[in-house]
Amino acid sequence: MTHGSKSDRTIGIEGISRVEGEGSLRVVIHDDIVTDVALEIFEPPRYFEALLVGRHFSEAPDITARICGICPVAYQMSACAAMEDVCGVTVSERVRALRRLLYCGEWIQSHALHVYLLHAPDFLSCADAIELAQRDRRAVERGLEIKRTGNLIMETVGGRAVHPVNVRVGGFYRAPDRGAIAALAEPLRRARDGALATVSWVHGFEFPDVVGEYRFVALHEPERYAIEAGRPSSSEGLDYTVAQFADLVVEEHVARSTALHARLGGADHYLTGPLARYAMNNAQLAPLAAEAARAAGLGDVCSNPFKSIVVRAVELVAACDEALALVEAYEPPEPSADLVEPRAGIGTGATEAPRGLLFHQYEIDDAGIIRSARIVPPTSQNQLTIEDDLRRVVQGGLDLSDHDLQWRCEQSVRNHDPCISCAAHFLDVSVVRT
Amino acid sequence: MSEISATDARPTLAVWKFASCDGCQLSLLDCEDELLALAGAVRIAHFTEMSRTSTDGPYDISLVEGSITTPDDAERIQQVRRDSRHLVTIGACATAGGIQGLRNFAAEGAYAGTVYAHPEYLKTLETSTPISDHVAVDYELHGCPIDRRQLLEVLLAFLAGRRPAVAGHSVCQECKGRSNVCVMVANATPCLGPVTRAGCGGLCPSVGRGCFGCFGPSQSANTISLADQLSRNGATGELVSRLFRTFNANAPVFRAESERQSARGDA
Repeated sequence: MTHGSKSDRTIGIEGISRVEGEGSLRVVIHDDIVTDVALEIFEPPRYFEALLVGRHFSEAPDITARICGICPVAYQMSACAAMEDVCGVTVSERVRALRRLLYCGEWIQSHALHVYLLHAPDFLSCADAIELAQRDRRAVERGLEIKRTGNLIMETVGGRAVHPVNVRVGGFYRAPDRGAIAALAEPLRRARDGALATVSWVHGFEFPDVVGEYRFVALHEPERYAIEAGRPSSSEGLDYTVAQFADLVVEEHVARSTALHARLGGADHYLTGPLARYAMNNAQLAPLAAEAARAAGLGDVCSNPFKSIVVRAVELVAACDEALALVEAYEPPEPSADLVEPRAGIGTGATEAPRGLLFHQYEIDDAGIIRSARIVPPTSQNQLTIEDDLRRVVQGGLDLSDHDLQWRCEQSVRNHDPCISCAAHFLDVSVVRT
Repeated sequence: MSEISATDARPTLAVWKFASCDGCQLSLLDCEDELLALAGAVRIAHFTEMSRTSTDGPYDISLVEGSITTPDDAERIQQVRRDSRHLVTIGACATAGGIQGLRNFAAEGAYAGTVYAHPEYLKTLETSTPISDHVAVDYELHGCPIDRRQLLEVLLAFLAGRRPAVAGHSVCQECKGRSNVCVMVANATPCLGPVTRAGCGGLCPSVGRGCFGCFGPSQSANTISLADQLSRNGATGELVSRLFRTFNANAPVFRAESERQSARGDA
């Protein structure tokens, strides 16, 4: 809904579609100047940090998975990393490789969902993927096949695609047998071809000419494109341990959101997710994905948020390619999990969810009972930057009709694949009118 | 969204979200092989996660995900009911209150103050309750998450005007069907299988762990008998209570057993 004179406009979008969860957006324009932008999250809070208190540390992966049905593996992996940190356990390389395979499955599933079903329709002026399929059924079918392959990995390694059951602190309940893993190779080869076709497809879209000013933060590892581990690093050259980073992130509770707003050192907002990962880690991309990025003209840094769909497609290539390599090199971990004995203390774990950095911090006692929990999802870290993007997009798009400007605002939010369900579990939402 | 015309005779489908993780509605999008066919058989009239267009009700079938945790949502579900010929709840949040239903066991105000600096900004209820506590529900599909094959069966059944063929017996039957060795008999692993509804296919014992009750209580679940066996195997009341208090903690049978176990006093 948009109203007001040309110079004095309010754009309100109640119920942003094609995002996970429930949010709304309000933009106020006065005399052609954007005076206020508010991404309002009205997802009801679910109080995970409170309900975890008193639970056994071994329950954290299964309970926190329920924060998000789109990226349950991210929650399970960050919870495991935090609990292993507090208990002083480093898992075996084989467990780590199997975790990375599972995580690639989630990236493939989530990125295919976002690229094909949630984001691409914007670029082709379609309301949704069903309308898109009426125009280009092959494209949508390609996306669904890639997505199915991601789910297949999650089912094979994790037991099921939504809320996998096979993950535990220390590793897995049971290592999949070689035959089951080997059977993933053929679908993965097709998915990898599909991912390469995806890069070409989205590269051909028209992109609004917008350049964001971002402080990127992503996990970084020298040896590989960081997913399930790494040190939080920023585009300003800062580099932290996970625990230092957690100390630095200050979350603020504002009235308009059930999501807490995160700032570094309480001051600077920042961006996590595909654009940040690509900027920080493109040197770690394997040759196939690096070549796809070059062919799509990405350069070393991509600061056009609308092109996040291209970066996501490149990450889709990277995840399929890497999953295939992990499948081919698979050796079942023995034992399938390392024994983790509880030890009183505080532990922190961070991994790269498909939509950005996710960290957990727990205090547990000697009996393994959780005394406190802190969970910081990507969307609460990105929320201030998304608002900053919107200000820029609206300011640069004042010539657009109300209808087009509203759509572009929605698209700007979707650029960052926000998971509002995740964010509101710590974040809360309410609306303030000024 | 598909084209709408006065001659479009397809039944309409709406998908609604309340307090939840999105995983159950994602199960609909996870029907990769059937999604486009389904979108041809029904007109998807409201599905915020999938489409930016939405048409007004009434709707032939509404799928409702999530539990009621705010005064606004308690109002909104009434409107959804009025707009829906058939209302089907999907998942543990909608059918039992979900993991967020653990707040129902906590002291008043304890939760909001733990998570939020300013609980006064929040407009939430002290409880998380299933949809059926608020409006009449035509069918409940259980699971955390639901099984997508069962979801398709429920949709096909409603489209055909018949009752869905979804089993209410315990997951032990599915587990036996997979030839799993019983984890409780063989290893004394705590397992909720004997009192948990079928639907997942017996996933957890297949990887050597005990069932943790994602699908909620089965029909005529004998939780007292199971809890006695868990105790004989060495589980404390506190552990047994925790086992019953997860995603379906507020399902009446599980709730009663967890309260009985908490009161045992041997924790």
